[in-house]
Amino acid sequence: MAAVDVAGTEQYNFDIVRKFTIMALVWGAVGMLVGVYIASELAWPFLNFDSPYITFGRLRPVHTGAVIFGFGGSALFATSYYVVQRTCQARLFGDGMASFTFWGWQAVIVLAALSYVMGYSQGREYAEMEWPIDLLIEVVWVTYLIVFVGTLMKRKQPHIYVANWFYLSFILATALLHTFNNLAVPVSLFTLKSYSLFAGTQDAMTQWWYGHNAVGFFLTAAFLGMMYYFVPKQAGRPIYSYRLSIVHFWALSFLYMWVGAHHLHWTALPDWTSTLAATFSIMLLLPSWGGMINGIMTLSGAWDKLRTDPIMRFMIVALSFYGMSTFEGPMMSLKDVNALSHYTDWTVGHVHSGALGWVAMITFGSMYHLIPKLWDTKMYSEKLINIHFWLATIGTLLYITAMWISGIMQGLMWRAFDDFGNLQYSFAESVAAMHPFYAMRAIGGMFFLTGMLLMLFNTYMTIRQSNSQGSKLEVNPANAVA
Amino acid sequence: MEWLQWFSREENTKPLALLIFFITFCLILIYVFGSKKRGERLESHKDIPFLDEDSDTKEAKE
Repeated sequence: MAAVDVAGTEQYNFDIVRKFTIMALVWGAVGMLVGVYIASELAWPFLNFDSPYITFGRLRPVHTGAVIFGFGGSALFATSYYVVQRTCQARLFGDGMASFTFWGWQAVIVLAALSYVMGYSQGREYAEMEWPIDLLIEVVWVTYLIVFVGTLMKRKQPHIYVANWFYLSFILATALLHTFNNLAVPVSLFTLKSYSLFAGTQDAMTQWWYGHNAVGFFLTAAFLGMMYYFVPKQAGRPIYSYRLSIVHFWALSFLYMWVGAHHLHWTALPDWTSTLAATFSIMLLLPSWGGMINGIMTLSGAWDKLRTDPIMRFMIVALSFYGMSTFEGPMMSLKDVNALSHYTDWTVGHVHSGALGWVAMITFGSMYHLIPKLWDTKMYSEKLINIHFWLATIGTLLYITAMWISGIMQGLMWRAFDDFGNLQYSFAESVAAMHPFYAMRAIGGMFFLTGMLLMLFNTYMTIRQSNSQGSKLEVNPANAVA
Repeated sequence: MEWLQWFSREENTKPLALLIFFITFCLILIYVFGSKKRGERLESHKDIPFLDEDSDTKEAKE
């Protein structure tokens, strides 16, 4: 530990990466636990216990906030700070500012979760935080941009590696999205209540411009940055095609910005806007699959690693889920498919095939690569990584299969008419039909959560192991030299 | 400033936007795949993650 601290202090700032890494895992466990709880509430409603604080409506944003911004966000801070230093061969710009981004970001997650449980929400999906928290996010995010760009500017490597392009686009796009989606007028300085600057259809349009680009830049572009560094490193071979990664980057960045309106098919939104969004969604399939193929083909000639290396397995399965979700998404954006899928559990299943299968799995793989490097040791147990992999894969499959069946069934039941032109099923009948699949989804989530807890334990033991190795070196300095 | 009115009509701006985006896309493709020499230079960047090998790990120190 002492040895790595010296190296870390001189060459790179790994301390900030370690902090974000630990918090990513902690928020992952908390967020997934809340997710499993609210999934269980839907299957077994007695779990509400008649308490307003733990109803689905309040806990749902706690879940999404903790997993997207707590787990995903902290993992992105950690890996972007690590990757930008290593690929620029320069120490992170502004240690103090980097530290501020850590404490500021953690404060955002905690304050947001507390406010949701207390019943404060501005009712914008994935942006439920009230205005004072939004302002804090703004300050933290601009600081993040300064730290990242500052590091790029003092790089010793002339070329900026493509992973950093993806990270930078994520930082810039998130700043834009967050700012414009949250333009609001507070009722007074001393209330959390505010009113959006937009109204009616424009408000919905702004919300989904934000919502889908949060998926596009926060949950896709940024994690592709992670993929472009950690997949080659773990495979021990460079990315399949650097030129393809350039086309991937520009095509993806350009196309994503236009597709948000596909969340508002068959609403008051003008029909041409809806069609435009669906068209761009279909085109988005090409760069998405280009990137997936680029990642998977990196393993070309070394496929045997899939048999022996559970970390590689996480990464390749993540890319496979990325390919599957980015096929399913454009398909669901078609108006006729959307007429069936919208407002059903199919959407929830689609989101989770991306969130669990792609985002979480590529994060697990990257973290298992990163943690031994940060603490200068080996992972405590490779067997636990393997068990985690299978728990995560089975959990994801259970989850998305349950939601596919439940969602398509819901859609079909809602649109079924009898011979007299009346609705064939009441809404309550469709809810009763979904019950077994809600239980199946909750069980899938439990599998995934168990894997996450194993990872937390494995990491804790790895850090302990590193500390005890470090203290042994300190007791006998001769060992350290050897 | 009447010429600006031309941009306010969808039948003008739609094909104009299509042309701009299509040409930009073609230019990116030509830049990336158009020259063998440039292609080799671009591909050489793929090794950047390996230029900074793990000099601070125990294995490297040993």
